[in-house]
Amino acid sequence: MSETLIKVDSVSKKFCLDLKTSLWYGIKDMLSEIFGKRKNNNNVLRDKEFWAVKNISFEVKRGECLGLIGRNGAGKSTLLKMLNGLIKPDTGRIEMHGRVGALIELGAGFSPILTGRENIYNNAAILGFSREETNKKLAEIIEFSELEGFIDTPVQYYSSGMRVRLGFSIAAQLNPDILLIDEVLAVGDMGFVHKCFNKIDELFPDTAIIFVSHNMPQVSRISTDLIVMTKGESVYQSADVSKGINLYYELFPQLTGSIISSGQVEIQSIYLTSRHKDSRVDRSFEIIHGEELSLHLHLNFKQELKSPSITLMFYDKEQRKFGEVFNFEESIQLDSVKGNYSFVAHFKDLMLGQGVYSISVWINDYTGDVRKSIFRIQSAISFRVISDYHGWAPMQFTPEWSENKE
Amino acid sequence: MTKIKEILMHEKLPVKVYSHESQLSKPWPFVKEMFVDLFKSRDLAWQLTIRDIKAQYRQSFLGILWAFIMPLATTVTWIFLNKTGIVKLAPTGIPYPLFVFSGTLLWSIFMESLQSPLKLSNAAKSTLSKINFPREAIIISGIYQSLFNGIIKISLIIATFLIFGIYPGWNLLLFPFAFLSLVIAGTTIGLLITPIGLLYTDIGRAIPLIMQFVMYITPVVFPIPKDGWANLLFTLNPLTQLIVVCRDWLSGTATLYLSGFLIVTTILLFILFLAWAIYRLVMPIIIERMSA
Repeated sequence: MSETLIKVDSVSKKFCLDLKTSLWYGIKDMLSEIFGKRKNNNNVLRDKEFWAVKNISFEVKRGECLGLIGRNGAGKSTLLKMLNGLIKPDTGRIEMHGRVGALIELGAGFSPILTGRENIYNNAAILGFSREETNKKLAEIIEFSELEGFIDTPVQYYSSGMRVRLGFSIAAQLNPDILLIDEVLAVGDMGFVHKCFNKIDELFPDTAIIFVSHNMPQVSRISTDLIVMTKGESVYQSADVSKGINLYYELFPQLTGSIISSGQVEIQSIYLTSRHKDSRVDRSFEIIHGEELSLHLHLNFKQELKSPSITLMFYDKEQRKFGEVFNFEESIQLDSVKGNYSFVAHFKDLMLGQGVYSISVWINDYTGDVRKSIFRIQSAISFRVISDYHGWAPMQFTPEWSENKE
Repeated sequence: MTKIKEILMHEKLPVKVYSHESQLSKPWPFVKEMFVDLFKSRDLAWQLTIRDIKAQYRQSFLGILWAFIMPLATTVTWIFLNKTGIVKLAPTGIPYPLFVFSGTLLWSIFMESLQSPLKLSNAAKSTLSKINFPREAIIISGIYQSLFNGIIKISLIIATFLIFGIYPGWNLLLFPFAFLSLVIAGTTIGLLITPIGLLYTDIGRAIPLIMQFVMYITPVVFPIPKDGWANLLFTLNPLTQLIVVCRDWLSGTATLYLSGFLIVTTILLFILFLAWAIYRLVMPIIIERMSA
């Protein structure tokens, strides 16, 4: 039996586009607030206003983590500010049970002239610790931040990473009932991010977490529920986190990357086929895990090339390279080519997991032992893979399992 | 965790509810929360005070001297104006240089507490818009800082008085009340102008200008005129009561303005409470609109 710690009911927020109008509305809102007349016209947009958050409702229980994703400007941070009590919703109601901790601005209230140690007291006080509590946890905080040597230096001499470390170390000691995290883990080296997630894992069972991030692997790692926001509204809300992340990727148009070319080769067309599917016809080309895939390249060698070779690189949506193809010369030996050629790379069964991938194409020419780069196109073509397997890693293996009772 | 323990723990959790309704729709919980936050902010207020004072003086060479330079300049100017007869002034009880010096220092204490709420709220803009903490801490910290700087100035006044042979009487013991009243007067007015001041920079700029004029209808650099509409202006000005009583109790003079002082102070406390309530009510609206 888990208690609901966060309850959000039909919450909306409007913002104003123009500064002077906004300030004027601010004065009017202040007067309505003081004289208690605020209930009436909140559903209506005044001149130059727009809905930053529209009609969001959800609940989070202790031990759950709600992932909140969406493009920039979708309204995620605004929603967090309302949960934090910093701004008032224009409609609806929010209930927050227990102590609220926010990892939103690490290092808030840091005074640059004071030392790290002095700022710990400061920041802790702002977060709600008493002086005795801070004294007790001081050693732990300094140790977690790994800033022992610098703790008595003025904070203005810290790097941004060091500031984040210090800020997180303080906030992590809070042991809140509700934890709001807004993209703070983007800064910070790998070791630190690892440490942060370990700490969050520790706090997980006793906390209700809302996690805002653009880092999908991180989101899928800790979220038990997901909301995708676009233009202030919730376009997806479910416990099926992977499906939601998929939807998030669809929000971005496919972009072709840069081309670096020496002019000796021109790509006439590049497309994918699989069974009866053809990427020239199907706008959102997709294959199922394990299906075959063929990459078709139609090239025009404008000048004669001695011994060209094609290399392929596979990238995931985060632009990380996870696969390469270097076996062109095993199958095809070209000798002095010129004119139109077409090549097909046939992948019998791609062990790719669900997600969106792009392929980059490199064409090199070998004269003797020297390899010269003739043509490079990043993200020449992209495709989506659908899979029943839940994993999000690019490679999904399906070995044969056997058992033996001993 | 056992079910009973869980239920008990749930009962104990504080709940915060945010809705589109005005917080005044439930007045009693609102007022209660004001005092809860005030209590919660004591540690933070102290921390902020130490932080600001340290930051202020750590990077400064002349440090505390800056507190005196403006009043000193005004004092010297007016002594000059008086001595050379350029401006004819009525007798002031205590020697004129002391009158001016104590007046300008007391006025500067008032001005500092006046400008504190807006100044500190402005400085805390980025923190206010990112973390929810008891905002009373900012105001209390301002009061602490005004008291700190004020005590130094008061000591200087007393020292100067002693040097010139003016000895304080038993009513020096009452002086802390007058001092506090002066600081609270400044804070109250400062708190009233802060919400609009955070949105429109005009306010912050206009205040020093307006207060310059107000100073000339307060017995800071010259005593209260005997008659005419000038007398009326001075007497109606609530600050007159405060400044005069402060000066009287520092210099050991019996004061004629005690009743006026008490009335003004009581009204001030009432307005302070209102200003505080307004500050709390409108903060969320300010935070969403101000540039941070």
